[in-house]
Amino acid sequence: MHAKTLYDKLWKRHVVRCDDDGTCLLYIDRQLVHEVTSPQAFEGLRLTGRRPWRSAANVAVPDHNVPTTDRSGGIAEPLSRLQVETLDANCAEFGINEFVMNDVRQGIVHIIGPEQGLTLPGMTIVCGDSHTSTHGALGTLAFGIGTSEVEHVLATQCLIQKKARNMLVSVDGQAGRGVTAKDIMLAIIGEIGTAGGTGYVIEYGGDAIQALSVEGRMTVCNMSIEAGAKAGMIAVDDKTIAYVKGRPFAPKGDLWAQAEADWRTLHSDPGAHYDRIVHLDAAAIQPQVTWGTSPEMVTTIDGRVPDPADEPDPVKREGMKAALEYMGLAANTPIVEIYPDTVFLGSCTNARIEDLRAAAAIVKGHKLAGNIKRALVVPGSGLVKKQAEEEGLDTIFKACGFEWREAGCSMCLGMNEDRLSPKERCASTSNRNFEGRQGQGGRTHLVSPAMAAAAAITGHFIDVRTLEV
Amino acid sequence: MQAFRHLNGLVAPLDRSNVDTDAIIPKQFLKSIKRTGFGPNLFDEWRYRDHGELGMDCSKRPLNPDFVLNQPRYQGVQILLARDNFGCGSSREHAPWAILDFGIRVVIAPSFADIFANNCCKNGILPVVLSSAEVSRLFVEVDATPGYCLDVDLEKQRVTTPGGDVFTFAIDDFRKKCLLEGLDEISLTMQFVAEIKDFEARRMLAEPWLFSG
Repeated sequence: MHAKTLYDKLWKRHVVRCDDDGTCLLYIDRQLVHEVTSPQAFEGLRLTGRRPWRSAANVAVPDHNVPTTDRSGGIAEPLSRLQVETLDANCAEFGINEFVMNDVRQGIVHIIGPEQGLTLPGMTIVCGDSHTSTHGALGTLAFGIGTSEVEHVLATQCLIQKKARNMLVSVDGQAGRGVTAKDIMLAIIGEIGTAGGTGYVIEYGGDAIQALSVEGRMTVCNMSIEAGAKAGMIAVDDKTIAYVKGRPFAPKGDLWAQAEADWRTLHSDPGAHYDRIVHLDAAAIQPQVTWGTSPEMVTTIDGRVPDPADEPDPVKREGMKAALEYMGLAANTPIVEIYPDTVFLGSCTNARIEDLRAAAAIVKGHKLAGNIKRALVVPGSGLVKKQAEEEGLDTIFKACGFEWREAGCSMCLGMNEDRLSPKERCASTSNRNFEGRQGQGGRTHLVSPAMAAAAAITGHFIDVRTLEV
Repeated sequence: MQAFRHLNGLVAPLDRSNVDTDAIIPKQFLKSIKRTGFGPNLFDEWRYRDHGELGMDCSKRPLNPDFVLNQPRYQGVQILLARDNFGCGSSREHAPWAILDFGIRVVIAPSFADIFANNCCKNGILPVVLSSAEVSRLFVEVDATPGYCLDVDLEKQRVTTPGGDVFTFAIDDFRKKCLLEGLDEISLTMQFVAEIKDFEARRMLAEPWLFSG
């Protein structure tokens, strides 16, 4: 039998029909819905008199617009309130299960999917959100789509797709102490570039990926889109099975046994063909910090801001110059001499319980450095928040000087009131350092939770491995 | 969706790579629950000197005269010339909605981010991929020639310069057909309702746990 990659297998399972030119109708098992990219899709259904093909395949949650401060009184900002109320009304009208804002299960869509067992191995999962790639960590084919496609999936449970190419990113050997999933993924993006994955589905493999927890794997898959990939995925193993078991929407009893047996086949066959293979040596990966306005503009904690004069490609050179001007950084500045004003611990990349634990371990018993004007912890879901509180992490963060917030996307993109001001510099555990991403004129440095915590207590970027914990 | 067949239009150059969809349409405008009206906020943070919010009267806002789309010679632009990885980042379809609302029907670049290119095709905007060398040459010609127009023919898959040089481009057959005919994809898929139902029934037997929740 022809050896298949994990992507080949997931693709094949979901093809309803194909034309001769390779244009296929792909069945979608799960659609996750949030308030920003769905209103026009529901409006489209209303205008055409269509109903959802299978309401139960969809699950909705408001996350981008929700306040992270006390929200028992609702949303004060009128436009954000309207968007969330529109989601509530659409879900009621079309019979879609929604975790509303004040439900403890509410949170960032890509965090609650796996948390609730709505994300199951072998599924195709879509959402009108580019970070849908997160769910690939559980052996799914998961990718972001536009609003027209959200409507298409609502109406037909399918998408018109062509198969992407296969790429394997193998992170070989063991990562060193203090080197996290975030550092591994930023190093991968630094290696292949923000368009390196364009046209590909990336499977992450190798010892260092297998050694990651399922939550760490989600961090890796989450940023696949930052490498331009259609999706990211990781084979199912014992950790995946253990993670899914017992989750509220996971199968139970006989169905569980049947599902588990099936899911254990969700890995690439020996000898399967990849169109491109990239190897990274895990032992060589250091803690990473971005210095520019694209995730590929990244270096190691012991590095320096690069000098555009050393870049031979004129388009790239101009891009670097523009990035340094925007970031307010001089070429050749040591990364350890960059001083953030703000620390943001959150986002679908790094707001799960293990992320909060890693950061809390660093800040425990310390105070924010004098130059840090504000530091936020925004848990990825109400349940992450609850668990962190049960473990006393909130007390540790608050004693250090962090604000302890409600769950949502928050300052990752600042659609609620959590935004950077012009020139405000942020050590952020999120996924994008684009111009204006966290607020107009804001300056973002992407780092791991441990590195963000280290910057919070020392006032500058520092190799977290040199701190005594 | 409005069809796209052929366009002879004014070209404006946006000379930077990795232009992301946050730059094309910043997040505050995503609070709109409509599909239209995003044009005045296209490239908002580059285009204006103040901070824009949804609902502001953009005709009264201070323009950034250095931004290329504000220059008098590029008023009425219909074709945007761009660099590598145009449209990367967020999947927001508001980005092509803003481009379309502004009056741009073609974007030419050496490469596009997948989701963005896909979203363009669903809104009657043609993403044209030319080689880096061809794009670089067009940047030089646009810069040197006020009123520079290109002729873009989707049926023949070619871009013709004012000097008569022809560049051909590749496009997926299905996308081409949808753009040429302005097809609604949901209606196309609805032709296969019986096949989808059969597939779903088989899937329910093979993986019943997917239908139990």
